[in-house]
Amino acid sequence: MVYQSFLIKYAEIGTKGKNRFLFEDALVSRICHALRAVDGKFNVTREHGRIYVDALEDYDFEDTVEALKKVFGIAWICPMVQTEEKDFERLTKEILAYLDQVYPDKHMTFKVDSRRADKSYPRTSEEINRDLGEAVLEAFPEMKVDVHHPDMVLRVEIRAMVNIYSQMIPGPGGMPVGTNGKALLLLSGGIDSPVAGYMVSKRGVKLAAVYFHAPPYTSERAKQKVVDLARLVSQYSGPIDLHVINFTEIQLYIYEQCPHEELTIIMRRYMMRIAERIAGETGCLALVTGESIGQVASQTVQSLAATNDVCSMPVFRPVIAFDKQEIIDISEKIGTYETSILPYEDCCTIFVAKHPVTKPNLKAIRRSEENLAEKIDEMVETAIAGREVVEIR
Amino acid sequence: MEAYFDNSATTKVFDSVRDIVVKTMTEDYGNPAAKHIKGMQAENYIREARAIIARSLKVQEKEILFTSGGSESNNMALIGTAFANRRAGNHIISSNIEHASVYNPLGFLEEQGFEITYLPVDRRGHISLDGLREAVRPDTILVSVMYVNNEVGTVEPVEEIGRIVKQQNPAALFHVDAIQAYGKYEIRPKRQGIDLLSVSAHKIHGPKGVGFLYIDEKVKIRPLIYGGGQQRGLRSGTENVPGAAGMGAAVKEMYTDHQKKIDYLYELKDYASARLLELEGVSLNNPPGREGAPQIVSASFEGVRSEVLLHALEERGVYVSSGSACSSNHPGISGTLKGIGVRQDLLDSTLRFSFGLFNTKDEIDYAAQVLKELLPMLRRFTRK
Repeated sequence: MVYQSFLIKYAEIGTKGKNRFLFEDALVSRICHALRAVDGKFNVTREHGRIYVDALEDYDFEDTVEALKKVFGIAWICPMVQTEEKDFERLTKEILAYLDQVYPDKHMTFKVDSRRADKSYPRTSEEINRDLGEAVLEAFPEMKVDVHHPDMVLRVEIRAMVNIYSQMIPGPGGMPVGTNGKALLLLSGGIDSPVAGYMVSKRGVKLAAVYFHAPPYTSERAKQKVVDLARLVSQYSGPIDLHVINFTEIQLYIYEQCPHEELTIIMRRYMMRIAERIAGETGCLALVTGESIGQVASQTVQSLAATNDVCSMPVFRPVIAFDKQEIIDISEKIGTYETSILPYEDCCTIFVAKHPVTKPNLKAIRRSEENLAEKIDEMVETAIAGREVVEIR
Repeated sequence: MEAYFDNSATTKVFDSVRDIVVKTMTEDYGNPAAKHIKGMQAENYIREARAIIARSLKVQEKEILFTSGGSESNNMALIGTAFANRRAGNHIISSNIEHASVYNPLGFLEEQGFEITYLPVDRRGHISLDGLREAVRPDTILVSVMYVNNEVGTVEPVEEIGRIVKQQNPAALFHVDAIQAYGKYEIRPKRQGIDLLSVSAHKIHGPKGVGFLYIDEKVKIRPLIYGGGQQRGLRSGTENVPGAAGMGAAVKEMYTDHQKKIDYLYELKDYASARLLELEGVSLNNPPGREGAPQIVSASFEGVRSEVLLHALEERGVYVSSGSACSSNHPGISGTLKGIGVRQDLLDSTLRFSFGLFNTKDEIDYAAQVLKELLPMLRRFTRK
């Protein structure tokens, strides 16, 4: 393996003023966490606005890149060769050997982009670009110079060591998880909510999650599926505490006491209420849902307004204006789709009315909820107190 | 209390099976093809199992082929004979209540240019013998029928089917999927006109991942798996010694005091049927008593969705299945239940209780009690 190191470039966090150290620390810690799953030992260091990942022993290159591609905040992953060799002629030899190994087919255009942080170095960047370019042309006649749109940019940085790299693998972008507070994701077994979690997490938000389980109407497999989904999301978001609420009693009580066509809306209002309570207890400052306008009866604008009515926390709905196919595309990209489409019933569909309200009247809904006054508060308390927490690490 | 009533999905193994599996994994773990004594010892387990199985069917030892289970046996029987007998014709007959491991290989053969006739069944789940008589043609190479239906326990008149097939076309082969029947019935392929018979070990308290296919010595058949030429080249791959030995032990135990065991299963079936019928809104789809298989009771529960009832029972330690466990992962309405004319509104309200030798009447009482408590509650909450 030619590469022993990676240069990690990040975009947005470079611009965050005094907070920059916080962001960089978070990114380093997320990178370390992601690399724990990869074979090999790594040293992650921060230096002058960039992060280096150095392999300390044999490691798996593909797995390492895959893991880094899931760390939000990384703009580019640059596999890199480092050398202590500063003598220009010997350095040139090393660089030619590097090119020869990385590019078996040399039919390409290139340019050299060198930097000299070490100003005592006897040549200027201009000179290095020129001299190295000439050496490359001489060694590999198939290569041509193109300074405007080169196929490959050979980057040489003269610092304490000399960094050589020419490949740049795009990272996921976004901001490091942990830099933007924490939110509670309402995770169902569907396609949308894992995508919503991924998207919010991409903006640096740490996640917890809540799942409403309704045995015997939903099965243990349905719950396992949600745990699996949370695990997939956590590859990006880092650790997630998944709160599993037993929702059966509440659901049946609503079923008995309220008009059937309002069942889903009222149910969802109680889910939001419970979620907000859990959010409050776990340091989350917002809720996240996978709702998307008009997808089902409970996601018309009227229904969303009726559901939102019970929340005082902000509710983030990152896929709100996405078409189903657009959401599916993301879920395929992040690897949750296959799991999401496993056919287990979730608690929203068990008793769904044939003709649920699509334009709920808020006053009517509130009136219907008065029928629940006798027992519902206690039921909610019991459900929250009795929740199971699955720690996904 | 725990009551496992899903024995047609799979069973707990006999102690004798566990012991021999452990022994062949930890002590006598040689490769039966090896030239040394360790190999020979392993081979002896295979030979012993083969002998036990052959005796249980009164066939020759060389007519037993070890496989990875029921699905492979069915695949081998259908695909292996279809391709080997292609020159004799390309017509195959089966029924429309077969298990997926018959149905889907037939679909594959259809893609390969074979013509398949699927015979319908009557209200009792029997294929029509007149229909069969008309369906067999000079170019029919194979007829495949299940012995015992896995969802309701109907028993097909295998012997008559065999006779009709041979009368109409002596060259046509007769395959029987006996996965739910073997161990429950005395099967005599030579007398019943059966040329190929599929069996799975884990339905009779044997290990999973092993089964066999009986292949009459006259049958022309091609392998599905090519390789080192084990099992006379018909199925390459190092023999699954623990599996085969475990299956041998299960067969031996199953067919010892056989009638007593079957009587016990019928006792459980009759008792369970009576207890279920005491409950309100319950009807049975299985043939009563000895008209059907000893281990299967299929019950429909009015106004309750089978999956919800299944999970509610599971919470109380009662394990049953909805439809056939092998295909329960993709919810679809059972072809068998439809085929035998179960009412439309009950198709999705039907559970299968399947019994094994480890079950007791106490467990049935417990399940009946649990059902009695659950049904009114579940009926109160239904989709409107």
